[in-house]
Amino acid sequence: MGVEGIGARVTRKEDKRFLTGKGRYVDDMVVPGMKFAAFVRSPHAHAKIKSIDLSAAKDMPGVIDVLEGKAMQEDGIGNLICGWMIHSKDGSPMNMGAWRPLAYDTVRYVGDAVAIVVADSQAEARDAAEAVVVDYEPLPHVTEALTALQDGQPQIHPEAKNNLIYDWEIGDQAATEAALATAAHITEIEITNNRLSPNPMEPRAALGIYDTAEDHYTCYTTSQNPHAARLVMSAFYNVAPENKLRVIAPDVGGGFGSKIYIYPEEITCLWASRKTGVPVKWNSDRTEAFLTDAHGRDHVSQVKMAFDANNRITALKVETTANFGAYMSLFSSAVPTYLYATLLSGQYNIPAIHAEVKAVYTNTVPVDAYRGAGRPEATYLLERTVETAARELGMSPAELRRINFIREFPHQTPVIMNYDTGDYEASLNAAMEAADWNGFEARRAEAASRGKKRGIGMSCYIEACGIAPSAAVGSLGAGVGLWESAEVRVNAVGTVEILTGSHSHGQGHETTFAQLVSERLGMPISNVNIVHGDTDKVQMGMGTYGSRSGAVGMSAIVKALDKVEAKAKKLAAHLLEADESDIVIEDGQVKVAGTDKALQWFELTLAAYTAHNLPEGMEPGLKEGAFYDPSNFTFPAGCYICEVEVDPETGVTDIVQFVAADDFGNIINPMIVEGQVHGGIAQGIGQAMLEGVHYDPDTGQLITASYMDYAMPRADVLPSFEVSHQNTPCPGNPLGLKGCGEAGAIGSPPAFMNAVTDAIGNNNLTMPATPQKVWEAVNRI
Amino acid sequence: MTKVTLTVNGRKMSGECADRTLLSTFIRENLGLTGTHVGCDTTQCGVCVVHMDGKSVKSCTILAAQANGSEITTIEGLSKGDELHPVQAAFKEHHGLQCGFCTPGMVMAATDIIRRHGGNLDEKTVRAELEGNLCRCTGYHNIVKAVLAANAEMYGAKQAAE
Amino acid sequence: MYETTYHRASSVDEAVSLLGKAEDGKFLAGGMTLIATMKQRLAAPSDLVDLRHIDAMKGISVNGRSVRIGAGTCHYDVASSAELRAVCPALCDLASHIGDPHVRHMGTIGGSVANNDPAADYPSAVLALNMTVITNKREIAADDFFKGLFETALEEDEIITAFSFEAPEKAAYAKFANPASRYAMAGVFVAKNGGDVRVAVTGAGSDGVFRHAGMEQALASHWSADAVAGIHVDAEDMLSDLHGTSEYRAHLVKVMAKRAVAAAG
Repeated sequence: MGVEGIGARVTRKEDKRFLTGKGRYVDDMVVPGMKFAAFVRSPHAHAKIKSIDLSAAKDMPGVIDVLEGKAMQEDGIGNLICGWMIHSKDGSPMNMGAWRPLAYDTVRYVGDAVAIVVADSQAEARDAAEAVVVDYEPLPHVTEALTALQDGQPQIHPEAKNNLIYDWEIGDQAATEAALATAAHITEIEITNNRLSPNPMEPRAALGIYDTAEDHYTCYTTSQNPHAARLVMSAFYNVAPENKLRVIAPDVGGGFGSKIYIYPEEITCLWASRKTGVPVKWNSDRTEAFLTDAHGRDHVSQVKMAFDANNRITALKVETTANFGAYMSLFSSAVPTYLYATLLSGQYNIPAIHAEVKAVYTNTVPVDAYRGAGRPEATYLLERTVETAARELGMSPAELRRINFIREFPHQTPVIMNYDTGDYEASLNAAMEAADWNGFEARRAEAASRGKKRGIGMSCYIEACGIAPSAAVGSLGAGVGLWESAEVRVNAVGTVEILTGSHSHGQGHETTFAQLVSERLGMPISNVNIVHGDTDKVQMGMGTYGSRSGAVGMSAIVKALDKVEAKAKKLAAHLLEADESDIVIEDGQVKVAGTDKALQWFELTLAAYTAHNLPEGMEPGLKEGAFYDPSNFTFPAGCYICEVEVDPETGVTDIVQFVAADDFGNIINPMIVEGQVHGGIAQGIGQAMLEGVHYDPDTGQLITASYMDYAMPRADVLPSFEVSHQNTPCPGNPLGLKGCGEAGAIGSPPAFMNAVTDAIGNNNLTMPATPQKVWEAVNRI
Repeated sequence: MTKVTLTVNGRKMSGECADRTLLSTFIRENLGLTGTHVGCDTTQCGVCVVHMDGKSVKSCTILAAQANGSEITTIEGLSKGDELHPVQAAFKEHHGLQCGFCTPGMVMAATDIIRRHGGNLDEKTVRAELEGNLCRCTGYHNIVKAVLAANAEMYGAKQAAE
Repeated sequence: MYETTYHRASSVDEAVSLLGKAEDGKFLAGGMTLIATMKQRLAAPSDLVDLRHIDAMKGISVNGRSVRIGAGTCHYDVASSAELRAVCPALCDLASHIGDPHVRHMGTIGGSVANNDPAADYPSAVLALNMTVITNKREIAADDFFKGLFETALEEDEIITAFSFEAPEKAAYAKFANPASRYAMAGVFVAKNGGDVRVAVTGAGSDGVFRHAGMEQALASHWSADAVAGIHVDAEDMLSDLHGTSEYRAHLVKVMAKRAVAAAG
């Protein structure tokens, strides 16, 4: 390992610009003639639009134009799509209703966009938006998924009878029922996974620029995957052909899934720029973000877990209802199916599993992938169920898990996944030791002497990252392939540019990707630039989500580096009159092993470009590209232990210790990986302790529409975290990486909830475990 | 319209704006200093924190006109030349930032915390003092470490000089 | 935010005169609530008269146990006043938990009290410390000042200039903060001066800040945390929302009262 190579804890190249205010986010972009947009949004959860009168708004000061959805449809702009086809168990395709970028006949949730105002300033645009007169005929609404499925409830889309989008299944129902029928013990539990708002600190924004002379569009957008945005906007929304549309995602202030999707606003800004002839910038405020950013989670599940007389799990039966909101967002259909139910075996050897998932329309914000996307739901369900079973069986929760662990790899689960490697006990042991599990009872007694209820809880999670291979996801209904691309450009002076289809919005790719080059080519990371986020610079890419940038994105760079290295060695062998197999690249030199013959790296690269003396048939230059399509998912796993103290008088929970033991395979930069784990844990604790999207069922209004009511984790409610790594390298990719971006958010909610329910001696508690709910649970005993 | 004159990062700067213009908007749009961000509408997230007359304030909840005549320090004015301010350096050293969006507000808040506590800081105090600054990426772990490290660096340096 | 016109006053008289000329003007103190409300387009004053540059309204003076705090004094200055802490640390502690450090640099005691937000902290201190609210027109006793949610005895062109009170023997404030907004969900300020005990509750009551007679009597006869434990707090008088039912708030009022008494010693 070089000082800046793989495994080195180097500080980040990108930090200086963020620390000095020189980051460039979409809302920082200013172009000549730029005007500002505001959207007119539905105040109703469900209503017919009888008429829209734009005239008063058009007369407001500073207004350039006001545009509505009918005109957009007449211009051929298409409806928003869901990119993953799911079939119900009866074989029928999912029932998808139309999602218009600007609604003109029906609005289906509070915040549904109806019109766009373009004006000289944001304040004037907002003034004028209030002057748009929309005549609504309110319709009955429904916000809860279980209610929406019942007869007699409002019908949200004509295509989906009883609001059912699909009724999907996976696994072996007969085997599962048979195991349940002969079980020595069955643990039965209802699991609710609360609805969340992602809340990256940077609100979404879009800047649409139409160039009349070139008939060309540029879109600056807060995106995790600008190439997918261009593809979808071009192929499905008919904004422009791909060669006439450039999408740029510059610095992006966090995503967590919510910036994967293509929303109405960026499409509308592009279209509005063509209609008005001026660049149009829209920047969401936080309330708009709560009202329109795709929400996450929102599952209710009935669970039965069967055990034999030796406390081994024999079957798992799950019935889940998933709230999709008012429209099917881009990846929504995959989240509660292939990203969720395929992980229901967890770390355990479960012979029979059957899961049914009903996807349901409601009059709420569309729901899609949010940090973890399906795997947190699966992990929470399993880990709360196993913990409950341990309590019912009178077993130590660690022991019950231990005897059910999968120990041989590869392991084929009954729900598609084939786990390649892992050592679950190693993480369990590491976490228990770090948490001083055995000393807990003494700490509990000490806390009791202070009037506090102390509890401890664990969770053993597994997840699947690096989602692919493309052929496999294609056969499961995905509309795209999930490979990644990279290009390595070695300049004549030897410095390197890496063009990647991955997108960094906090993950530190500019550093870790450069570390890989440093490792391979023996140069300092300051000689490596990472280029990403611009469809004019990087040819194609699938973006960053699902913890895929290491396992898939860096694997593509490795493939391209392999080609660069091969060519460099061939050229070096020619120049140094040596055998290709004797050439080594290290410390900025290209050497003949075992001799003092060497070229400086820059001498070699210059030779590649001067092309005065190349081997027979070699093309000049040193630049290679590659696409990498993975052979399997990767399977990060670990064990988290949370220890809490509950104040029984107020219901306030204090997290006194949080331990994470993760197996991410090999690690490029431990500092960055630890940071990812910290942030993930905070989001998981946020879900478990504080956060919850709340609609008023009577009015359909979003109550948690600002930080006044949506409780975000702040520094003073979180502890410092104790993080360690175990390592079983992933055999499926060249670097042995598994992915670390989501683990924290996946593993932490059940650990927290198991700890709180242990503390209060009452298992009947749902997330978020707010002080009021904990206080009530304490007093229900 | 109001003419607003501020001393920003040591330089006198003026601009015309509507009376309803927020200080954050004035700094970003009139002065072109886009390091100061806006992340919420309810004065809670703290990504807009700047120093006004030496004290940390939320520039999204102050009119530019209210600030007229004051001295403002933004994230762009914290470091001297090319050298990072000790708080900035500590955030880099301890990986106290990821996406960078909350970072300017965090750094300006941290600088103010250290100023007010004069070296006397512990983890609990830092966490309590960060109540007005949200971060969604770091879980605050490394931010807290960075503030404590910067405090030790700045206070240690001050003691050594005395 | 809707359009508005900004004025800066350098004296109380000038402020009153500026407001008099406005169509629908409002005084602007620190602005931590008013500007925030205007940003949400929930308030639309035609004019704002900024009081922040009136020096006469700032500062804390302590004379023996008599305290006078200028209405324009920001929360940070109240929280960090050594003089005030020497005679009434409870008020410093209260101020040190309002909003966050940045808000405390701008928000003022006068602005907070004049706004009378049911979840604000200061109104409980005004009532429990039996402050005299001094305005440009008169002196108003604390018990006559608060008139329900966001309502006070202030006339439209009346400006709070200062607060005065005698520091009690013992006092403390205990606050249960809303997990989202961090405003008080139940804040209880207790103060004891000889046999005179005052208990004021903020954040919980459906009619804003209020004194709790039952607790005051119990504490007057026996100053101890246990004394309030048995006192009934009526849930029907409490706010109820996503974060806390009226029953929970009623319970919290009792717990916070106990903790405040314990902290006061």
